[in-house]
Amino acid sequence: MFDFGIITSWIHEFLTSYLPLGLATFLECVLVGVCIILLYVVIAVIMIYMERKVCAAFQCRLGPNRVGPWGTIQLICDMIKMLTKEIISVRKSDKFLYNLAPFIVILASVMAFSCLPFGRGMSVLDFNVGVFFLMASSSIGVVGILLAGWGSNNKYSLIGAMRSGAQMISYELSASLSLLTIIVLTDTMQFSEIVMRQQDGWFIFKGHIPAVIAFVVYLIAGNAEVNRGPFDLPEAESELTAGYHTEYSGMHFGLFYVAEFVNLFIIAGVATTIFLGGWMPLHVSGLDGFNHIMDLIPGFIWFFGKAFFVVWLLMWMKWTFPRLRIDQILTLEWRYLIPISLVNLLVMVIVVVFKLHF
Amino acid sequence: MEIKNKEYLDDMVRQLNESGTKVFVGCLDEFINWGRGNSIWPLTFATSCCGIEYMAVGAARYDFARFGFEVTRASPRQADMIMVAGTITHKMAPVLRRLYDQMADPKYVIAVGGCAISGGPFKKSYHVVNGIDQILPVDVFIPGCPPRPEALLYGMMQLQKKVKVQKFFGDVNRKTDKEE
Amino acid sequence: MDNIITIDKYDFHDVALEYKEQGYDFLRCLTGMDWGEDGLGAVYHLENTLTQENVVLKTKTTELSDPILLSVCDIWKGAEFYEREIFDYFGIRFLGHPDMRRLFLREDWVGHPLRKDYDFSLNPLRMTNEVTADMTQNIEVLKDGSVIKKREVLFDEDEYVINIGPQHPATHGVLRFRVSLEGETIKKLDVHCGYIHRGIEKMCESLTYPQTLALSDRLDYLAAHHNRHALCMCIEKAMGIEVSERVQYIRTIMDELQRIDSHLLFYSCACMDLGALTAFFYGFRDREKILDIFEATTGGRLIQNYYTIGGLQADIAPDFVQKVKEFITYMRPTLKEYHDVFTGNVIMQGRTKGVGVLSKEDAVSFGATGGTGRASGWACDVRKRHPYAVYDIVQFDEILYTEGDCFSRYMVRMKEIEQSLNIIEQLIDNIPDGEIQVKMKPIIKVPEGSYYAAVEGSRGEFGVYLESRGDKFPYRLKFRSSGLPLVAAMDTLCRDAKIADLIAIGATVDYVVPDIDR
Repeated sequence: MFDFGIITSWIHEFLTSYLPLGLATFLECVLVGVCIILLYVVIAVIMIYMERKVCAAFQCRLGPNRVGPWGTIQLICDMIKMLTKEIISVRKSDKFLYNLAPFIVILASVMAFSCLPFGRGMSVLDFNVGVFFLMASSSIGVVGILLAGWGSNNKYSLIGAMRSGAQMISYELSASLSLLTIIVLTDTMQFSEIVMRQQDGWFIFKGHIPAVIAFVVYLIAGNAEVNRGPFDLPEAESELTAGYHTEYSGMHFGLFYVAEFVNLFIIAGVATTIFLGGWMPLHVSGLDGFNHIMDLIPGFIWFFGKAFFVVWLLMWMKWTFPRLRIDQILTLEWRYLIPISLVNLLVMVIVVVFKLHF
Repeated sequence: MEIKNKEYLDDMVRQLNESGTKVFVGCLDEFINWGRGNSIWPLTFATSCCGIEYMAVGAARYDFARFGFEVTRASPRQADMIMVAGTITHKMAPVLRRLYDQMADPKYVIAVGGCAISGGPFKKSYHVVNGIDQILPVDVFIPGCPPRPEALLYGMMQLQKKVKVQKFFGDVNRKTDKEE
Repeated sequence: MDNIITIDKYDFHDVALEYKEQGYDFLRCLTGMDWGEDGLGAVYHLENTLTQENVVLKTKTTELSDPILLSVCDIWKGAEFYEREIFDYFGIRFLGHPDMRRLFLREDWVGHPLRKDYDFSLNPLRMTNEVTADMTQNIEVLKDGSVIKKREVLFDEDEYVINIGPQHPATHGVLRFRVSLEGETIKKLDVHCGYIHRGIEKMCESLTYPQTLALSDRLDYLAAHHNRHALCMCIEKAMGIEVSERVQYIRTIMDELQRIDSHLLFYSCACMDLGALTAFFYGFRDREKILDIFEATTGGRLIQNYYTIGGLQADIAPDFVQKVKEFITYMRPTLKEYHDVFTGNVIMQGRTKGVGVLSKEDAVSFGATGGTGRASGWACDVRKRHPYAVYDIVQFDEILYTEGDCFSRYMVRMKEIEQSLNIIEQLIDNIPDGEIQVKMKPIIKVPEGSYYAAVEGSRGEFGVYLESRGDKFPYRLKFRSSGLPLVAAMDTLCRDAKIADLIAIGATVDYVVPDIDR
């Protein structure tokens, strides 16, 4: 399996041989920053295009098909339009918070995004409390949403923001608990290590029953955390027109829009890394020939393939289910998901202690 | 482009100079308008019968998502085009005007159906605005009562064409003082 | 011609109460009238829901500058909105009405448009934003007999009031609710209508009878056939015209197709409001098939202009029978798919079961007919109560639920699609031959008198009250809207519900705004 680390270390050596260490590190940081933001945009475009096509397929429609082959560059049009659209500043709003909010949301999203290991050696932030860092940085997003709701001086926005505050903070719990379940199994929080330990089988297979439960809980909680249907209450189109971003126009709205989709990808990416082996190919012990063929497929293809499969699952969920009500959302979390995850964590501990896993 | 003779070339240069088109800016203009024209998001706004046809255009058989009208936004801040589908009454007129004012530039208006164009069958009523062009600048009129979805699509595509000949950097699109 | 009992304005409240105690608990229709020299007044159509007996009461006042009548909104809850409508149209104020505001027109509107002496030039188009007052005015009688004006507070200063509408994705048009919230819970709801008030009733007074038909289609565009059917029936009844069997059959089939069309749209919109977008597209996909059938025969998709006084505009298309049969065989399994994708969903059931309960008494008192009334257990189907066309020879069940919540309102409509299919199935093969149009005089004049005819529209009883003075124009034409009683009940339905419930209630009550505002 190809190690992307070879390239990065080669670049590092190349730079340090010509430049002092400090400057080289700085250059590398800039390079990595540019790369990650580019990747972020590309993922956003792919996600939005995918969303449109998938929902069109579910709804017996065609979806965009006029701009470019199969409508593939429709998103470029949308981006140009967003960039050249007027940004309205609302009178009587809190100007500073109003303008700050979308950037907090996008910042949180980019930070969480850079934690994902896309392939062997292909990760930006990889340190020993990676999972912890990811959970922490992704939950900054809720601050942005609350600020957006508060700053725009709109009653709908405020209700939307309050809903999302309640919802995102609650669901953070069961999402973390289900990740913790797997961490009990791996005894590491570093993403690269977690992936490496899945060489002989993905955790969803290795951890069998508790892992499957954790996976399902994580998908539900993750979906709720990124405010996607059936948990899209904060923006509930038929109730609150557009929820917390009602007053945002132009690229400010664009940032929210993009962040929503990339957050969805992050949830799928984390689920892939933790449960489905990340960039690790599918290995069946005993079938060496099969394993060898699987190894030929590059790691990042495995990663994106799995992640987009999970994304597809989540989209299927979104386009099928009706929206929940706020009290039902909180009931689901506090009455069902948290007890289930807690018990599940305990079961996992028992499984690990008595070595019942594969 | 094939240049046939010198007069043609002179003519073109003269035209370009007159209209102030710069090569680079002109290309950028074209690029931006291409983007804008293919991504016109409508506002979910409907008052009566035509609104149902407007929904039908969005639904499975006609599907305006194909042309980039994909995302109907419920918030006027995020919409590019308001489709006035249905009768506008005296009580609704200030609300409609306000909705239009709330939209971010560039914004377009389509008047759908007889009622929005002229008051239609309700022209003689005491409470109906006789044509929304009295209160909003209208880009495209789509006649019908209600217009068929095909007509709506055609009207929307006319709007796309109209958007594509605007100028982003030129003078035409500059904000002029509003005439009230 | 209806037999009208005239009652003195001072006794009216007591007489009305007597009728209520005799069992006349359903106020079918309340029409404001301007009889010119004879004064202003109101006509009350009452029905006994047990015996289906009808009685028409009338009261009037000769005071023209400040006409006052007694309110009956403590007897029939539905009267509250009707009386506000009459105040709006004629300036008649009702004594004892708690909330005497205009219903449709702007607060600063000058004059009352349906009075015969109304001057059109008084109200040019105003582009100023309308200021919504938090206060209302009503008049009350003190014990010593004197009348005082009282101001009442609708919303306090420190209440968290949000506007839902007029431009809101879930109000199905341009209805506006002002909602007072506590957290997410609705404390009070105030309905503002009139954003699509087109003044159809006033316009009809200057149109000939065939011309009035064109406007009725545009009232409730999802029940275009029903509306026109009611108007045609009313005029035919007044003139004593018997339409042929063939016409009756075709009208019945068309009505039922229209009902399916409307219920499919109801399904779509209910799904969309509850957040299940995919189901919305399913409903619209299948609705197109009905529209194709309509289009082949009538030439229109929404507004068909098909029925005429004494018949039909044109005969059915040659492949009509075959197309309808194909549609029936297609629709039955598709209904199952609908139930699979949406009805059975646990979230949908959680959102709708036990939400927005309307008791049977309230439904009758508000006059909330149609699916809403039947979900509360009130057998209010006009097709059963006062059969018209050929509904007396077809077999079909009136779907009744007793819960009165959103889920039963939803289920009533879904089951009604099946019943409509049954009705069409019974009729489609037996359309008799015959004339499609009774020969009419070139100028249609309706004999003097007042007439009421009602059909079962897609969302309740749609009635037409016609008062004629023997002219070629109607003297007064009132459409009994099926939606107005439904929105009148919204406050009762939404108390202590969540905002999300308001959407679910609005979706399942299924009003169409132009039908409310007329």
